[in-house]
Amino acid sequence: MTALAALIRRDIKIALRVGGGALIGVLFFLTVTVLMPFAIGPDLPLLARLGPAILWLGALLASLLTLDRLFTADHEDGSLDLIVMGQTPLELACAAKALAHWLAAGVPLIAATPVLGLLLNLDTAATSAVALTLLVGTPALTFTGMIGAALAVTLHRGGLLLAVLVLPLSIPVLIFGVAASQAAITGPLSFGTPFSILCALSLVSFVVGPFAAAASLRHGLD
Amino acid sequence: MTLIDLANPSKFLALTARVLPWLAGATAILLLVGLYQAAVAPDDYQQGATVKIMFIHVPNAWLSMFVWGVMSIAALGTLVWRHPLADVAAKAAAPIGAAFTFLALVTGSLWGRPMWGTYWEWDARLTSVLILFLMYLGLMALWRAVEDPSRAARAAAVLTLVGAINLPIIKFSVDWWNTLHQPASVMRMGGPSLDNAFLIPLLVMAVGFSLLFMTLHLAAMRNEILRRRVRSLQMMQASQQAA
Repeated sequence: MTALAALIRRDIKIALRVGGGALIGVLFFLTVTVLMPFAIGPDLPLLARLGPAILWLGALLASLLTLDRLFTADHEDGSLDLIVMGQTPLELACAAKALAHWLAAGVPLIAATPVLGLLLNLDTAATSAVALTLLVGTPALTFTGMIGAALAVTLHRGGLLLAVLVLPLSIPVLIFGVAASQAAITGPLSFGTPFSILCALSLVSFVVGPFAAAASLRHGLD
Repeated sequence: MTLIDLANPSKFLALTARVLPWLAGATAILLLVGLYQAAVAPDDYQQGATVKIMFIHVPNAWLSMFVWGVMSIAALGTLVWRHPLADVAAKAAAPIGAAFTFLALVTGSLWGRPMWGTYWEWDARLTSVLILFLMYLGLMALWRAVEDPSRAARAAAVLTLVGAINLPIIKFSVDWWNTLHQPASVMRMGGPSLDNAFLIPLLVMAVGFSLLFMTLHLAAMRNEILRRRVRSLQMMQASQQAA
């Protein structure tokens, strides 16, 4: 347990310090959201209607962008080999790394949501609905994206390949995240149903993600 | 002859060399019979002659999912049993599955134009098949990204199994998304029951296309084995020249 706590602490520290790059995700999120009105037009009612979708897409792309860092830095300096050979089960170590990554790169996205909601003319209820869905939905993005990150690091290929592999897998999260936000804002469906399914998707990814990532690291690094 | 005997590529090549002509012949006969039956099948009272697209479209759509199942079993063969031919089978199946998925999309689109008045509708089934197509392409990109086939095989196996878990979830979410966004704007195929005049040619075509897949798959596996032999011979030659 102490090993996992140490791993989480270390990963968060590295991510937040110089060269870590966790906060670049927030900057990217901000930039993408600011770009949207230039493409759509400064039509405030339209922006309010598209707001949840824009925020969800921005968060999805931002979390995808930072996923590249999840294993590559550790692979480059050799600490990934130590983690693979260590006594802690690799599945748990992967889960700890993903959790640390979510804390360092995912939580800032959620913290930025109220400000971005303001730019998109979302009212308080809508913004809090989006923030809440992002809070339960982004762990699923991180944990399924981890599979792609593990594949990419064993193949020494990142970037576009990772995006192509991970994006189709994140479609359910996007669907239910946006559906829950829209349900809270306009109805007619209840907020609870898509929200519970979103929670369920996150829980499934907690199980599947670490096992698949650990399998690909174990088979791939040699 | 068990599965383990086939682990020897030479034995596999010898067996498939004997089996393939028969398989190809059976495929040709079944497809010809099926096409003939489809051609003489009566027109649908609502859809007219366009219903004949179904005899191509439905087998392709069925195989698009079946091939992912075959690849998942091959992925288990790679990761669990370390069967030497499993990754060859998985690699050979991916482009064929992508081709079937593409044909299902194209025929569905051509069928949709006279029926729905549009080539593309964000219908739940169309959308999930499109996502399946994207995942096939991603898998093929993964195979092509790495030179060492055994390393690529393990990565592709993990991705195939993750896809096998995720595909039902994606299908379910797309169904949900579709009912949320556009309730029942799309005409459905005429009820759950299909008349025998359509059902029998459809089944013949489905079996014919499945045999076509088996034929193409075995031939592609042979090609892959031979390609790997050529590659290792080239490597040997290159190292001899260097020495």
